Amino acid sequence: MSQGLEHSLTSWSGQALKHQVSWIDNLDARVRVVCSALFALVVVSSQQFSAALLGLLLAFMLVKASKLNIKRTLRRVVAMDLFMLTLICVLPFTTPGEPMFTVFGLGASWLGLSHALLITVKANAVLLVLFSLVATMSASTLGHALAHLKVPDKLVHLMLFMVRYLDVISTEYKKMRRAMQARAFVMGTNRHTWKSIGYLFGMLLIRSVERAERINDAMKCRGFCGRFYLNDEMKIGRLDIIFTSFFLCFLILLIGLNFYDLF
Amino acid sequence: MTYSNKPLIKIENLNYAYPRRGAVLKDINFELHAGDRVVINGDNGAGKTTLLHLIVGLKKAKKGDILGFGECCTTEKQFNKLRAKVGLLFQDPDDQLFCPTVLEDVMFGPLNLGFNKQQAIKMSIETLKSLGMQGFESRVTHQLSGGEKRMITLASVLVMAPEVLILDEPTNALDEKAKLRLLHVLQALPQAMIIISHDKAFAKQLATRECELKEGCLTERLIEAVAVA
Repeated sequence: MSQGLEHSLTSWSGQALKHQVSWIDNLDARVRVVCSALFALVVVSSQQFSAALLGLLLAFMLVKASKLNIKRTLRRVVAMDLFMLTLICVLPFTTPGEPMFTVFGLGASWLGLSHALLITVKANAVLLVLFSLVATMSASTLGHALAHLKVPDKLVHLMLFMVRYLDVISTEYKKMRRAMQARAFVMGTNRHTWKSIGYLFGMLLIRSVERAERINDAMKCRGFCGRFYLNDEMKIGRLDIIFTSFFLCFLILLIGLNFYDLF
Repeated sequence: MTYSNKPLIKIENLNYAYPRRGAVLKDINFELHAGDRVVINGDNGAGKTTLLHLIVGLKKAKKGDILGFGECCTTEKQFNKLRAKVGLLFQDPDDQLFCPTVLEDVMFGPLNLGFNKQQAIKMSIETLKSLGMQGFESRVTHQLSGGEKRMITLASVLVMAPEVLILDEPTNALDEKAKLRLLHVLQALPQAMIIISHDKAFAKQLATRECELKEGCLTERLIEAVAVA
């Protein structure tokens, strides 16, 4: 359990996904955030397979364009698809409709299966677009972009602080875990383990709160009174305009595909 | 030692108690004059850090007065003014460095003081340079080494041009080389200082005065040989 945690979350300290330099990096951070948000909105509300599949195709193209490490990206996608697999297994049985087959008197419907598949395609498309457009920038850039997009200050600060201190807190967690291991603690399924892990997380919580208080004090000492200043300027360039217009046209196409009556 | 008439910081009959630990500080009287470098000794848990936090108003005294630059400080607003002139260096550098990059962190203070961005950047780069940390501007704060973190926190305090420096165990977790570097930097600074340090050798080379905090009472100790800066 702990190992998975260390790999995915706690070792992340705000850096971008590993990738080679591409033209996507030159895009304005705000454009990237807004485009992926609109894409997610359009794809998730699509009812047709054609629209979702086309979205997935675009997502693949963006992943290719942003020169992400394919192997690592796939590993991340698989993590989500495992969850989707349970959905595919469960949804046919809970959706009423024409039965495909029956297990112990429970009917699996075609409609449920197509629903599950549609959701899987949508989820993969959105995830890949997020990987290629948003995850390729560092967390602080993302924070600043959100701030420039007039996202409430509090949320932005929450994110930036989380990124900054995730690393510190995870170091503290690892330190305590190591100290436990040094005293021959082995995780098992017994009362002793549960109690110890409970203590570990409780202590982590207390230490985090205390650290938060100290950080607040340190900020006050430097004259902080509730306002932050952003020290970067973002400019929309020609590339941003071209990308945005193409992207919007594509989104309109996706929306159009959902209305058969149009054609 | 020559004392100017007016103390920079004056503490009168200061009392503080933690809810379940009883009195930590009893009737503390203390004066800090320009050019003083006072080392405060005391056991763990004697209340040294508490005293420092009381001086800059991070904790509120139960009884007694704190006079900063001749003015009595009681409200948050008054302390806010005081904090611009009294720089506090925290025990753990990670508490102080909260911005993603070094430059942003050093700029934080000047921006709060009302300088604009260009001025803040200029001041920050100059301060970093004066500490020999040029070229660190775009480094990521949490990837620095312990010694580098300590120097950056010092820069982020010095950039606000304080008249008094308060150092809470500045040599904590530093190796000999980093310690020596810090010592040279501190010896060259003109500010009056209050220093907590368990490092006897380090403290001795900096101190012009020495105090001891024991059982809640602060007593001045005379030192025979005054360290030469």
